[in-house]
Amino acid sequence: MNARYLPYVMILPVTLFLCVFFIYPFVLVAQQAFSVDGSWSLANFQEVVGYWKFPISMKNTLLLALAVVPVQVILALTMATMVTKMKTGRDIVLYIWTIPLGISDLAAGIIWLAIFEQSGFLNSMMHGLGMVDRPVNFLTYQNPGIVFLAIALAEIWRATAIMLVILVAGMGLIPKEYYEAAEVFGASPWKRFLRITLPMLRPSLQTALILRVILAFEIFAVVQALGGTLFPVLMGSVYEYQFDLLNSGAAAAIALIILVISIGFTLLILRALRVPKGATI
Amino acid sequence: MAEILIKNVAKRFGTYQALQDINLTISDQEFMVLLGASGCGKSTLLRIIAGLETATEGEVWIGGRRIDHLAPKDRGISMVFQNYAVFPHLTVFENIGFGLRMQKLPQADVERRVARTAELMQIGELLKRYSGELSGGQRQRVAVARALAMEPDVILMDEPLSNLDALLRLEMRAELKGVLAESSTTAIYVTHDQVEAMSLADRISVMHEGRIAQAATPVEVYRNPAERFIASFIGNPPMNFIDATPAGDGKWTVAGQVFDGPATEKGKLEFAIRPEDVRGAEQGLSLNVRVVEPLGAHLLVTGAVDGHLFRAVLDSDLVVNRGDVLTLAPLPDRVRWFDPDTTLAVN
Repeated sequence: MNARYLPYVMILPVTLFLCVFFIYPFVLVAQQAFSVDGSWSLANFQEVVGYWKFPISMKNTLLLALAVVPVQVILALTMATMVTKMKTGRDIVLYIWTIPLGISDLAAGIIWLAIFEQSGFLNSMMHGLGMVDRPVNFLTYQNPGIVFLAIALAEIWRATAIMLVILVAGMGLIPKEYYEAAEVFGASPWKRFLRITLPMLRPSLQTALILRVILAFEIFAVVQALGGTLFPVLMGSVYEYQFDLLNSGAAAAIALIILVISIGFTLLILRALRVPKGATI
Repeated sequence: MAEILIKNVAKRFGTYQALQDINLTISDQEFMVLLGASGCGKSTLLRIIAGLETATEGEVWIGGRRIDHLAPKDRGISMVFQNYAVFPHLTVFENIGFGLRMQKLPQADVERRVARTAELMQIGELLKRYSGELSGGQRQRVAVARALAMEPDVILMDEPLSNLDALLRLEMRAELKGVLAESSTTAIYVTHDQVEAMSLADRISVMHEGRIAQAATPVEVYRNPAERFIASFIGNPPMNFIDATPAGDGKWTVAGQVFDGPATEKGKLEFAIRPEDVRGAEQGLSLNVRVVEPLGAHLLVTGAVDGHLFRAVLDSDLVVNRGDVLTLAPLPDRVRWFDPDTTLAVN
């Protein structure tokens, strides 16, 4: 085999796989979104955007991403720094911290529901401590703040570990000598984190952030379990259009809107965390 | 004044004794080289002085101030690392100015000092570049400039030239010596390269198995090695050793020849002579030649004297062939003696 063609031959199977199972369905979805009764139309988009729930879903999704992702970044960075500094027991701690990753998002939502619902752990505890006379129903329309908080908490608990894993791997790649040099030249631990770790972690931070932000816009099961209809999000609308209203054109249109938002944020993150030209990390 | 005092320093890693009972005084503005094979503890000692490692025992003083409990930045030192450790995400300017920025110096001062040290190290045009765009030699210059910009009392260097190719190493060696002499800092330089050590040092500390075997001027270390190990480590090729037996009255028999030696009661000594300190003569040690290597400037002859490996560096005009037997007379004032039991030099 000619060595020039070998690489292309080797990536052929995965390319075919992606074409058949990703690009082809994607084209179908796009077609569906942009057509009504077989002809080209923007009616689907007009319908979903004009629906009264759309602005609320959009606002909720963005707010949730805005509240959850920064907390996750800070948590993941802190946890990764701690793990990296550990000499023994590092693997065990890492395994324990990544357990939530192995749980499906719906299951995670149900776990947190078991905590917050009227007969849940939180109520039993508060009742046991004498803080309340009778169980409180937290997850109702009267307490939108608590609903939001519960969803955010569940999401932070569930999905911080994916960033943690990426950041731990990234931190392991930074040579120790840079820290020693920084220490000799007078950088405090905090300054070393700011001036060495963060800039040299940029490639890993990019990956972790993009992954997390995309997943944050696709949030669905956790919200469904904890908020139900109290807290509409974009992905929830996709589900409703597809399965409750049997309007797959509208479902496809919202899916595409989510895709555009994801691409937009990906580009933003890539730009914000880009490595200056000439610098190698 | 930045005199360095190292008092009874020891370092253990678990049960491994990396350093034991190190005592060393380095005078102000002296260029001290720590020389030894890998694993002898020279880098550990340097890192203890830098504050990147803590000594298990002992004290370190710089300029009359005990510093071994202080953070590296409060010790008045700066350092050049083996792999340069030039930050890849910062420009050359920001690399050299890193320490100055950490000291929160005004921008004008940072610019002035970076420009001056960059000029000194001849990297003035590279200030806007990143480390990835520099050659190994240029990166080395940045690392040295970064250390000098701190205007430290003491500059520590950990095998700074070992990653450069031979020609560049020679060039940087001479330049380092010049730059450091001008900067009037005290310097401690770790290397395993004896030529580097000889050419740079005011004094060399030869280290072996976690202790300092000898601390003296390069010529002294070369001429009067305090231990057999040093004699066999320094010099290329190293000293020749031949067993000697007493012939009474301070005289010793070496390969059938009688030499004046130390008057001691010992029943056995080792006779030692450097390869270049022998001359062809009527009477002397007979060398059975096995290998002849013409090196241009001189002739390196390897063979055996009385069953001991013996090398001689001779005049390149001589015609010597494999299988010849040469008679070589050692220069009397260059002969050294070692006690095979203690391996120390005997006078």
